[in-house]
Amino acid sequence: MKRIILSVMTVAVFFGLIACGDRGGQEEPAAIAEEENLPVEFILYNGAEPETIDPALISGVPEHRIYLSLFEGLMSYDPETADPIPGVAESWKISSDGLTYTFKLREDAVWSDGTPVTAQQFVDSWLRFLNPETAAEYAYMMNMVIEGAAEYNSGEAGPEAVQIRALDERTFQFDLTGPAPYVLGMLAHYAFSVVPTHVIDEYGDDWTEPENFVGNGPFVLKEWSPQEKLTVVPNETYWNRKAVQLDQVTYLPIEDNNTAYNMYKNGELDWSTEVPNDAIDEAKLRDDHQSNAVMIVYYYVFNTERPPLDDARVRRALSLAVDREEIVEKIRRKGDVAAYGIVPPMKGYQPPETFSDNAEKARQLLAQAGYPDGEGFPVFEVLYNTSETHKKIAEYVQQRWKETLNIDVELVNQEWSTYLNNRQEGKFDIARAGWAGDYKDPNSFLDLFISTSALNGGNYTSAEYDELIEKASTMPGGEKRYQVLAQAKKLLMEDMPIAPFYFYSQSNMIDLDKWGGWYTNVLDIHPTKDIYMK
Amino acid sequence: MKKYVIRRALGLIPTLFIIITVSFFIIRLAPGGPFAREKAVPDEILRNLERKYHMDDPLVVQYGRYLFDVLRFDLGPSFRYKDHDVNSLIAGSLPNSLILGLVSLGAALTLGIAAGIVSALKQNRLVDYTFMSVATVGISIPLFVVGPVLMLVFAMRLGWLPTSGWITGRYGMQTLIMPAVTLTLPYFAYIARLSRASFLDVLRSDYVRTARAKGLPGGIVIFRHVIRGGLLPVVSYIGPAFAQIVTGSVVVEQIFRVPGLGKFFVQSAINRDYTLVMGTVIVYSVILILMNFFVDLLYGYLDPRVSYD
Repeated sequence: MKRIILSVMTVAVFFGLIACGDRGGQEEPAAIAEEENLPVEFILYNGAEPETIDPALISGVPEHRIYLSLFEGLMSYDPETADPIPGVAESWKISSDGLTYTFKLREDAVWSDGTPVTAQQFVDSWLRFLNPETAAEYAYMMNMVIEGAAEYNSGEAGPEAVQIRALDERTFQFDLTGPAPYVLGMLAHYAFSVVPTHVIDEYGDDWTEPENFVGNGPFVLKEWSPQEKLTVVPNETYWNRKAVQLDQVTYLPIEDNNTAYNMYKNGELDWSTEVPNDAIDEAKLRDDHQSNAVMIVYYYVFNTERPPLDDARVRRALSLAVDREEIVEKIRRKGDVAAYGIVPPMKGYQPPETFSDNAEKARQLLAQAGYPDGEGFPVFEVLYNTSETHKKIAEYVQQRWKETLNIDVELVNQEWSTYLNNRQEGKFDIARAGWAGDYKDPNSFLDLFISTSALNGGNYTSAEYDELIEKASTMPGGEKRYQVLAQAKKLLMEDMPIAPFYFYSQSNMIDLDKWGGWYTNVLDIHPTKDIYMK
Repeated sequence: MKKYVIRRALGLIPTLFIIITVSFFIIRLAPGGPFAREKAVPDEILRNLERKYHMDDPLVVQYGRYLFDVLRFDLGPSFRYKDHDVNSLIAGSLPNSLILGLVSLGAALTLGIAAGIVSALKQNRLVDYTFMSVATVGISIPLFVVGPVLMLVFAMRLGWLPTSGWITGRYGMQTLIMPAVTLTLPYFAYIARLSRASFLDVLRSDYVRTARAKGLPGGIVIFRHVIRGGLLPVVSYIGPAFAQIVTGSVVVEQIFRVPGLGKFFVQSAINRDYTLVMGTVIVYSVILILMNFFVDLLYGYLDPRVSYD
């Protein structure tokens, strides 16, 4: 008998397991009904799980989208053009030498707990951001333009070295290292944000928890369950509260972009910020597919220290041998733009034509470098991070080099962190890379290749190039400065330490007959405060 | 018996210690680090970051500090998800993985064992072939095919279920169906085949023949002798299967957006999020070790030949 009971118990355990599982979530329906009563909820696919919502620590695109809801800096973004428009700043004055900026803050700019946003908080926030102990990744942006920032951030000087000051409760002033004409655009970036220092003093690192959170943006944090969702609701104390029309914005972290695309098609998402490569042909036929050129460039870096790639003629030959139109039209098929330079076209700056695809010239250059018809050319490697798109492009380039130049390359793919490590330490012959501009100025791209740049993985060094970039950084904005930058770009494309392939086109899925206030722009920035239901 | 339990419980400690030590050093050997970004971090900022996370100390000192923290059940801050520590990330995601895992494993065991018994009793008949065909399909089609196909049919075409989400979201319990079915299939398949083979074995054994010869009714023979004997291999499979289903359902979690531990398990390794890698490895090991322990105890009840005294 005892044994029968045991057998029954064993089976019962199995059924018990199922029953337990079922009970786990049965109390939920009430909460759902509540959610459905909300007038307008806007749900979007936000890419990876946000790493943090502390503006001083964020570094990615998903975090940036959330930042735009929760915070507002001196400037914010125009939803149509992504140009800077006044945020917390009401007005500003620029000194005649272009080095000192004085901002008047809005009187009605307050935190979500009702306390005013003060000039002193800007000073404290920026110093917190630069403090080496905060270890902010994006500090380099402030280091570039604010006088004394780099010294404090690297620990060479104290906070007093940073040239920022509160003249009174509502007047904030800073000095620049040079008359960077793009600084207003930078100020909308999270690297120049203001944080509720009074709340951080009270809660320390826990200030980003939903129950402690205080922000000054159009929305405030309501709920954050990692890997599931992050929701924000309107901030009642926001100075432009009446402009905010959505009643809730839900950010969904989704690792699988096919799932996101299916959700969008099924009506479970209002905005999908990406379209999977396999679905692009289908998506292009839909009228809710929004596609436009953005400031991201795809390129190959040559390791300029390894022969034969140390010879500019070889690098030019390799670059010219590729047919960029073919990459864009036959491989990518996404509507990208072939790139004949590192800087994408942007308002007021049309990049000069510096070279074109030319297989014949490529062969000549290779012959001049001592490898007629590819004879004696050593086999080298092309490194890319494991991905279907990168692989297709690498295979195309490999075949193209074989056909036009008769040289052999091997393809090596590595997992993301390994690839990054090798690329950044210069352990490669040729590596795939990409770069997204942080602000709308050619400098955001050209700055990468100065010899002291940490991002210059190919170790390109040219005193002349460094000088031109340095010179441009001391010039006020305008045609003359652009000429110097164009000169630098021309030089870069002669030395060809990189081979640009194309400028990305960004695909978004959103039904613009239903939602207003959403526009395509080159930075792919779409503030939620401007989105409304038609 | 008591002595055995205590001995096994104490045995956990050195095992865990070895796992922690080995994985601590192995993950550090992988190229790259937690601060690797597409936009390379300038040197002085990298130094700030390393100082903040004590990565500028010698590795042995870091190891000592980590071990000390683990002893106090503190798995440290996440290198990547800066607003959370590893404890809270695991506490938030493990229950979701457990729910999905228990439901799937429960379904797989019930259906798998039932299919196994029926197939064994009706060997080489239509029922047997049907179940074993389903099982073969279940074993051979990978999860990343089953999941999207289910989604395509039941969410996109028929519109019966939401594409993805979790039971705490707006669609509630419905969201559990597709991930659970997807995850059940391979385990069902494995258990069905395993139990069929083992029941067949038992059906032909001497003690079953003896029981039948004694004139016991068929039902009693099956429930009292065949099932108990035949379950032994299945029981020993539960331990690793459970640990695997809880932490290894990454694919299903990604496709159906289940906020579980599996995603952290994989993402943390890709991100070189050292502390989170360690945290998930420790949780996984503890589950595996404990499950094996329980399975051993269960064995004692099921198999009269096993004794722990």
